[in-house]
Amino acid sequence: MIRLTGLTKRFGANTVLDGIDLSIAEGDRVVVIGPSGTGKSTLLRCINFLDRPEAGVIRVGDLEVDAGRATRAQVLGLRRRTAFVFQNYALFANKTARQNITEALITVQKRPRAEAEARADAILAETGLTEKADSYPAALSGGQQQRVGIGRAMALEADLMLFDEPTSALDPEWVGEVLDLMRRVAERRQTMLIVTHEMQFAREIADRVIFMEGGRIVEEGPPAQIFEAARDPRTRAFLRRVTG
Amino acid sequence: MRALDLDFMIGLVPILLGYLPLTLFMAAVAMVCALILGCLLAMERVARIPVLDLFVKLYISFFRGTPLLVQLFLFYYGLPQVMPFLTGMTGVQAAIIGLTLHFSAYMAESIRAAIVGVDRSQWEAGEAVGMTRNQLMGRIILPQAARVAAPTLVNYFIDMIKSTSLAFTLGVTEMMGATQKEAASAFLYFEAFIVVAVIYWIIVEALSFVQRRIEVSLNKAFTR
Ligand SMILES: Nc1ncnc2c1ncn2[C@@H]1O[C@H](COP(=O)(O)OP(=O)(O)OP(=O)(O)O)[C@@H](O)[C@H]1O
Ligand SMILES: [Mg+2]
Repeated sequence: MIRLTGLTKRFGANTVLDGIDLSIAEGDRVVVIGPSGTGKSTLLRCINFLDRPEAGVIRVGDLEVDAGRATRAQVLGLRRRTAFVFQNYALFANKTARQNITEALITVQKRPRAEAEARADAILAETGLTEKADSYPAALSGGQQQRVGIGRAMALEADLMLFDEPTSALDPEWVGEVLDLMRRVAERRQTMLIVTHEMQFAREIADRVIFMEGGRIVEEGPPAQIFEAARDPRTRAFLRRVTG
Repeated sequence: MRALDLDFMIGLVPILLGYLPLTLFMAAVAMVCALILGCLLAMERVARIPVLDLFVKLYISFFRGTPLLVQLFLFYYGLPQVMPFLTGMTGVQAAIIGLTLHFSAYMAESIRAAIVGVDRSQWEAGEAVGMTRNQLMGRIILPQAARVAAPTLVNYFIDMIKSTSLAFTLGVTEMMGATQKEAASAFLYFEAFIVVAVIYWIIVEALSFVQRRIEVSLNKAFTR
């Protein structure tokens, strides 16, 4: 169970998140859409404190944190209950594909090395990267890097997986393989919060679609409702623009 | 111009090489200490711990801003006058401490620059998986920064080996001190200093060769 209450983030005088309220039931896959600069990335980054929110309450699983007064231990707690997939992959450059997956299992989750490696190998097999296990990120294509990035997040078995435009930095030829992998993650009813501009994909896998604008949630509902029968004119205008 | 006394020069080589271990010992110990201290100073400069940061900045500024020779004299001849417990300090100890403090300031700056140069995404990736700051520093950031800083650090090591010759001004008989003595007793200064110069030169060239090898392997790192 994920619940955000009154989540607020400012950059100087610019209020980027204006009191976001959002609940996600376990196993739900929620897609966030909206124009550029509306705070979609910031929303994800505030949930795991990559950006520090000014106010609000964040609940992930059994941990509830008052964002304005979060302690270091609480921040680590949120980060250990979530996993993040970055737009630019952000793989550890000094670690091989396999080490990227085992790193947090060993150092953060304190699992035995053998167990972590077995888990990494299973994930590499699942993501079709067994041959690349010992390659460094610099030797991988964008699509391969992002699959490792998703594999690293899968390995954590987090309560919530956050995806910030995981296909936006990819050459078009690699988008398909990354979306396929995300579909497989979704099929396991992993709780996911995804920011994407891939509308077809959103429609396919989302239990719920959220339209954000100006740091607020303007409208939310099942994909069919948002994509075909949006109530708010801003949602309709945005969808007209992106679907052409 | 008179002819060079080749017999003296050839005879001098083994004598001076006998002092090479002391030169290398001072440089090696000072290098290890300076590296550790430089890393700690660099990490502080990155973290900018209030108040402490001021002292670290002052430290770096002082040791980069004053000549090594002045610093050595200050430690060896000056400090024991105001801190009597330092009176027992030997010239070798003073030289090692002086080299350590001096070069740690330079190394701190290169290491800091290398740390700051590591892409922000590397920090965020580590934070996102829940690593502590120390884990992130030790396992992700420093290894990447080390790769960038290594060639510069080897340069400092080379510089340090040459700088050990200053220890002779603290009464240490290392290679330079021995040369000075031999030159004075035979009254053959040109021959003596040419020999010692060539010995330093060869050591530095050998290290430069190692340095190039390190650079090649570092450039290959993380690209497989
Ligand atoms: N570190 C920062 N410092 C200052 N302002 C920031 C920072 N990060 C984001 N912003 C501002 O916050 C607002 C929201 O940014 P955010 O990246 O969350 O938008 P987004 O919805 O993800 O946009 P996009 O679709 O382009 O990725 C923007 O106005 C942006 O300029
Ligand atoms: Mg964004």
